[in-house]
Amino acid sequence: MKTLVIYLMCGARTPELAEAAVEGGADIVELGFPFSDPLADGPVIRQAGERALAEGMRTTACLECLAATRGRVDVPLIPMTYASLLEAYGYERFAGDATAAGATSLIVADLPVDAEAGVRRVQLVAPTSTDERIALAAERTDGWLYLVTVAGTTGPRESVSPALQGLVERARAVADLPLYAGFGISTPEQAAAAAELADGVVVGSGAVEVAIDGPAALHDYVSLLREAVDSAAPVSS
Amino acid sequence: MTAARTYGEYGGRYVPETLIPALDELETGWRDALADPTFRGELEELGRNYGGRPTPLTLAERFAPGKRLYLKREDLLHTGAHKLNNALGQAVLAQRLGKRRIVAETGAGQHGVATATVCARFGFDCVVYMGAEDMRRQAPNVERMGLLGAEVRPVEFGTKTLKEATSEAIRDWITNVESTHYLIGSCVGPAPYPEIVAGLQAVIGREAREQILAAEGRLPEVAVACVGGGSNAIGLFAGFVDDTEVRLVGVEAAGAASLGAGRTGVLHGSRSSLLADEDGQVLDADSISAGLDYPGVGPEHAFLRDSGRAEYVPASDDEAIGGFRRLAETEGIIPALEPAHALAKALELEEELILVCLSGRGDKDLAEVLSR
Repeated sequence: MKTLVIYLMCGARTPELAEAAVEGGADIVELGFPFSDPLADGPVIRQAGERALAEGMRTTACLECLAATRGRVDVPLIPMTYASLLEAYGYERFAGDATAAGATSLIVADLPVDAEAGVRRVQLVAPTSTDERIALAAERTDGWLYLVTVAGTTGPRESVSPALQGLVERARAVADLPLYAGFGISTPEQAAAAAELADGVVVGSGAVEVAIDGPAALHDYVSLLREAVDSAAPVSS
Repeated sequence: MTAARTYGEYGGRYVPETLIPALDELETGWRDALADPTFRGELEELGRNYGGRPTPLTLAERFAPGKRLYLKREDLLHTGAHKLNNALGQAVLAQRLGKRRIVAETGAGQHGVATATVCARFGFDCVVYMGAEDMRRQAPNVERMGLLGAEVRPVEFGTKTLKEATSEAIRDWITNVESTHYLIGSCVGPAPYPEIVAGLQAVIGREAREQILAAEGRLPEVAVACVGGGSNAIGLFAGFVDDTEVRLVGVEAAGAASLGAGRTGVLHGSRSSLLADEDGQVLDADSISAGLDYPGVGPEHAFLRDSGRAEYVPASDDEAIGGFRRLAETEGIIPALEPAHALAKALELEEELILVCLSGRGDKDLAEVLSR
C-alpha cells in the first residue's frame, strides 16, 4: 500500500479541507505555516502563503489551526515551514507546542540536516545530494525520508522528473525507511508514475490550487490521486 | 560544517538541501582559488587594466571645511560602483568551477550592471532579477544591462524590490544549480558567500589604508560607509578592523535599519539581524535608495555590532539628499544616494581625520533626486 501525502496551507477552512482530503484517501496531511520569503516554493504555494499571511495566519494562529485539524482527523499531521518562524518562536518551543497541538512531526524546508539536530523532523534529500548526505538524512529523519524529485522549487511540472529513479536507488542503498517523493507531482498520472518508484507521493501545489474550490473539489481530486497511487505496482525491494 | 555559524551566532546555511552540494563546491573552489597565486594574479590584472584600480583617495576640503575628510573613490571604478570588485572576482571563480551561466539579483542596478559587464567580458549567459519597482526607479541601469547582453527579469510580487529579486535569483539557482553560478551582490546569503564577497571587497580597505598613510602619515580616526547588505562597508572595514584605534561607523537608511532596529532572524540563507516581526515574518524596508532598501544585512555586520567593534547609525532620506546635493555643489562629485547616507553622517562626526567610502556615482539617481 502506497502512502499519499497532501499539503494544505493553514487557513480558516483548513480543518474542513483536511477532513475532506482524508476522506478522499490522504494518509498524511502536511500543514503549511506561511513565511514571507519561501525560497523552496514556486508561485502556487508562495501565493497561498501570501494570502494566508494577509488573513493573519501567524505562528499562533497556525498552531490553533493545527489543533482544530487534529480535532477532525486521525492521520499524521506535519507542519511544514521555514527556519525564520522557529528562530523567532524558539526551536524547541516550536517543536513542543506543535506536538501538543497534535503534530506528528515537522518539516523545515531551509534547515539542512546538520543544523539544529535537536529538533526532530522529516529530512529532505534532493537529486543533487551526495550519498554521504543522504545517509546522514536517513539516520536523522523522523519516520520517512522526503525525496525532492527535482532540482527546483515546488510546483506542477509537465512530467515526473527522470532524476527520481536514481535518487530512489541511492536512498534505498542507505535507508531502510519509507521514501516519499514530492515536488512536481500534481496529476494522477504523475502520482502513479512516482508511486511505481517510491513508497509514497506528496502532492502540494496541485492540492493547494484545488483547495481554493472547496472541500468537495479537494475530496474528488484526492480520490483520483488515491486511485492512481493504488494502481502502482508494489515496490520490488 | 554546513551548520557552522561563521560569525559568532550569525551566518550559516539556511537553504534547501538541493543547494548544499553547490555551496560545498563553491567553498572548496574559493579555498583553492585563495591558495592559487594565479587567481590573485588574474584578479589584480583585471582590477588594474579592466576595472581601473587603484581608485584614488580624494580630500574633500570644501565639503567638510576644517576637517581632513577623504573619499575613497569607488565611484571611479569601471561601471561606477564598488560592485565590480565582487563581480570580477566571482566571474573568475565561476570560470574555475566551469559554470557558464550566471544569475544575480539587483536593487539599485549597480550590481546588475557589474554582473552584466563581467558576463559580457567572460562570454557568460546572464540573467538578472530585479524588482519591478526598482526597474522604475533605476531605469538607466535596466537599459545598460540590456545593452550588455543580460536578460533582466522583472519580479512583480511582494515589495517588488531587492528582497523579492534575491528570492527569485535563489529559486533560479535551485532550479539550474548544475549549470549556474549565483553571483550574489552583497556580503549576505548562505556561507561561504558573505566571506567571498568580503574577501573580494577587502581591496577597498587595503588600498585606502595605504593611501591615507601615504597622505597623512597616520590612520584615520574614523572610517564611514553606508550599509544595505553591507559589502562596501565590510570591504572598507577590512582594512582597519585590526586597528582598534580606528572607529568604524556604518550608516543605514533609517527605513531599512536592519542593524539598528532589527532582530535576529533568517533570510536568504543566513542568520543575521533583520527587519522582522515577532513571528519571524520579514518586514518591508523603505528607503529612497534602492541599494539600501533591503530588510537584511550581512551576518558579519551583526557580529561586529554585537562585539562593539563597529557601530551603526541611521540616516533619513532627507539627510541623504542633503549629502548628495552638498557633495555635488562643493566638490563637483555626484554621489550615488547610497553613499550619500554615509556622507551626511560623516559631516556630523567630531573626529578630524575621516575616511568615507564613496561606493558609487549618482548618475542613476538624478531622476529620483530631481523629482523631490
